[in-house]
Amino acid sequence: MNIEKLQKKLLAVARQDAPSDRVPYAFEKRIMARLRQAPAADAWVYWGRMLWRATAPCVAVMVVLSVWTFYSASGNGSEVNLEDAVLAPVQLAYE
Amino acid sequence: MERSDDELIHAVLNGDTESFELLIQRYQPRVFATARRYARREDEVADIVQEIFIKAFQKLSGFRRDAPFEHWLMRLAVRTCYDALRVHQRNRESLFTEITEEQSEWLERFNANPDGADDHGDAARQLVRKILEQLPPAARLVITLLEIEERSVKEISALTGWSVPLVKVRAFRARAAMRKILDKMERDKYL
Repeated sequence: MNIEKLQKKLLAVARQDAPSDRVPYAFEKRIMARLRQAPAADAWVYWGRMLWRATAPCVAVMVVLSVWTFYSASGNGSEVNLEDAVLAPVQLAYE
Repeated sequence: MERSDDELIHAVLNGDTESFELLIQRYQPRVFATARRYARREDEVADIVQEIFIKAFQKLSGFRRDAPFEHWLMRLAVRTCYDALRVHQRNRESLFTEITEEQSEWLERFNANPDGADDHGDAARQLVRKILEQLPPAARLVITLLEIEERSVKEISALTGWSVPLVKVRAFRARAAMRKILDKMERDKYL
């Protein structure tokens, strides 16, 4: 059996077997009825989608800033103690 | 005077939902023909077409008008058909237990005289449908578009969203998968 020839033959058969473009009666009415039944857009859904879409850019910005802060702090030798920085105004007030 | 696609789309986007019905009427024969290439049963065809038009309505604001509406709709149609194929992938029926006597006879006629077997017989049409059903979704889609609808690789790339090299790779694999099915048929002595 010549499989190549059989494949070509079957594809030729498929080419000649064009599918029908017949449409069921009033099919467009059925779709329009579905569209009319569709619930109205919920603002919270859109808000939720926007938040999800914003997740990736926010994470990217956070990573970039973290890396930048890490390297800029460790590179120039000016390490700042977090505790001292936060409490600096209090200490100034006591002095 | 008949309203153009652009006018209808503009109306729909401005809240006139009813104008979408005219777009459906205009393109539903073509969408039905596309869906029939991939669906197994007629009720499945209607469900797929319905999904295509509902998606089109929901995504209409994303239509950028840099190509005709028909192209955009057909891209959506092909992608929805592909999704439907993937959903039904698990439910594919067995090929080899279902070859009818007529199909077996057609194969025997082909075996005896490859050039003589008729192309129009029902048996041949059913057989090719069964073989296509055995293909994985991507292979079936690419064989249908490339070999049956005779579209170019570039067109398929635009329709499916796959890159041109990916279409070529998938076409190569699809032909190989089809030959494998035919080989298996032969090994199982159906030929």
